[in-house]
Amino acid sequence: MAIKSMIEAIREAIHEEMERDPSVFILGEDIGQRGGVFLATEGLVEEFGEARVIDTPLAESSICGIALGAAMQGQRPIAEIEFADFIWPAINQIVGEAARARYGSKGALQAPMVVRSPYGGGVRGGLYHSQSVESFFAHTPGLIVVAPATPYDAKGLLKASIRSNDPVIFLEHKRAYRLVRGEVPDGDYSIPIGQAEVKLSGNSLTCVSYGLMLHHCLEAARSLATENISVEVLDLRTIRPLDKDTILNSVKKTSRLIIVHEDTKLFGIGAEVSALVAEEGFDFLDAPIMRIAGPEIPAMPFSPTLEDKFLPNPGIIADAIRKLSEY
Amino acid sequence: MRRVPPSKPSKRRIDITDSFPDTINPEELIDIYETMVLARAIDERVWLMNRQGKAAIVASCQGHEAVQIGSVWAASKHPGTTFFPYYRDLGMMVALGVSPLEIMLSFTAKAGERFSGARQFPLHGAIPELNVINLSNVVATQIPQAVGYALGGKLQGNNNISITTFGDGACSEGDFHEGMNFAAIHKLPVIFLCENNKYAISVPLNKQMAIPDIAARGPIYGMPGITIDGTDIFAVYDAIHTAINRALNGDGPTLIDAKVERYLPHTSDDDHTRYRSEEEILEAKKYDPLLLLQKRLLAHNLINEQIIQDINNKTKSTVNKTTEVAEQTPMPSSDDVQDHVYEMK
Repeated sequence: MAIKSMIEAIREAIHEEMERDPSVFILGEDIGQRGGVFLATEGLVEEFGEARVIDTPLAESSICGIALGAAMQGQRPIAEIEFADFIWPAINQIVGEAARARYGSKGALQAPMVVRSPYGGGVRGGLYHSQSVESFFAHTPGLIVVAPATPYDAKGLLKASIRSNDPVIFLEHKRAYRLVRGEVPDGDYSIPIGQAEVKLSGNSLTCVSYGLMLHHCLEAARSLATENISVEVLDLRTIRPLDKDTILNSVKKTSRLIIVHEDTKLFGIGAEVSALVAEEGFDFLDAPIMRIAGPEIPAMPFSPTLEDKFLPNPGIIADAIRKLSEY
Repeated sequence: MRRVPPSKPSKRRIDITDSFPDTINPEELIDIYETMVLARAIDERVWLMNRQGKAAIVASCQGHEAVQIGSVWAASKHPGTTFFPYYRDLGMMVALGVSPLEIMLSFTAKAGERFSGARQFPLHGAIPELNVINLSNVVATQIPQAVGYALGGKLQGNNNISITTFGDGACSEGDFHEGMNFAAIHKLPVIFLCENNKYAISVPLNKQMAIPDIAARGPIYGMPGITIDGTDIFAVYDAIHTAINRALNGDGPTLIDAKVERYLPHTSDDDHTRYRSEEEILEAKKYDPLLLLQKRLLAHNLINEQIIQDINNKTKSTVNKTTEVAEQTPMPSSDDVQDHVYEMK
């Protein structure tokens, strides 16, 4: 199997789906000749033409509103929001409209659309090019929220998202685009939405994460193996719907839970996973649930020293795991 | 195209003896008149039912009927037309073929409600068989959706035209600008039809924009902007007919600024005497699209007093019967309240 980067896996998924299904088209800022600011759509306009690779005006609300309209017509649009930090003008069309199309018409309408967006920090992106936005969308019934951590998962989950008849927010960690590489098969495969995966098996403790932080968790877990702490690292992959069974089964085995994400802590994904285990897996627990997350500041600061302070890293995660395993 | 001076309603009235535009088949006019009578009667009834506590919220279409019915009439000549209306389009729903009972069930949120299974405000949701998608209460959100729908149609090569209606208030939203701009860039078959009653709830037009005519914005985006008397169904028909032909020719979208009057408050929850004078409300009611159509048909001997009386009687009986059936219809079961959130279980 070929080793590919996240961005290559994403491009391959879009390319193969556009080839497979003529109703798939893409729209967004700079996605044509420029190939997208991260080159996720490089080469697609040359191959599929301007009708199916639409460079839009700089107008996020209509990018998503137009995608929704086209989806209701039976097309399968993939809208790109250049940076997740710029998605707010579109939140009305996504949360208020696309997420409610099916419910608000008692199933007469559906919105088979994907909104792809690079998110996350560690790239010196400052307050407006680093943000994690998953919890805003994960709070919305009617939306699917996907955040893959590996190239293999990115390709398979993006294909599943494009084929989904429900609207999907597909979040791509921008630091992972070229940093994270892995085996990706050529050709078609898809990964079901809503299934977490145990990326590292262990029995001392369950560490739940997603996105770039998953790799920091894996690094921390490997470093702790020498200390006889056997960490089970679980990758959510899909944030909404949350894979309750995989989380609960893991905690049943390990009796300890730590959740790690880059997004800020309060009211976040960690809170939801934690509540799930408190409500449905209380008897499994031998220790309090722990969360490692970004600090309560509005977004990621710019200067390297400030940004590094924001981001959890393998050292911080390892310390927390050590502490939890000793409880 | 009739370009009507927009300033005072008194200046824009047509002469009832004017001949009809040659695009119109006079044989259809009695049906159109009857539809407008029915729309008015249902509207009056649901407003009354609100006051009786039987309909939680009503946005009246009174004063807007000619735009709503005229646009459906013109679009009926081109079957691949989909409507993206807004909350005030009761008359449009009647013209599209939503039955009086279905409308009553929608306003009373009863079992069998057709647009959303009574999940939404009246007339919101979708009836794909009648080509109507009225997804949201949120002002102007339907505009980019209508544009995207037309884009999807263009990608499929299906000639599907979108007609989206909205009030003057929507013209201040970003989605109005973004939708118009995109449609013009891609020459999409979209008709932007503003039912301009000069009020965004209570805020008058001169506090919404510094220009007198919304139509002036059309050319700025690269499409024609047409001002019409929206109380004159023939002017509406003609403008929509022209815009459809333009769209079918691949020449792109049209913005139509249809000047209408809003007879009643914004909704049943509003009190417009707080911001409109008695005189102004009385003046507005002089420009009644229904009365105008009636006079014009009388002047052309297409109807007479007897026909008017017969239609009134028939309509009254229909509305009475459907009110009774709606009132006897049970509330929807709440068993399926969690259904239709996702296709995926």
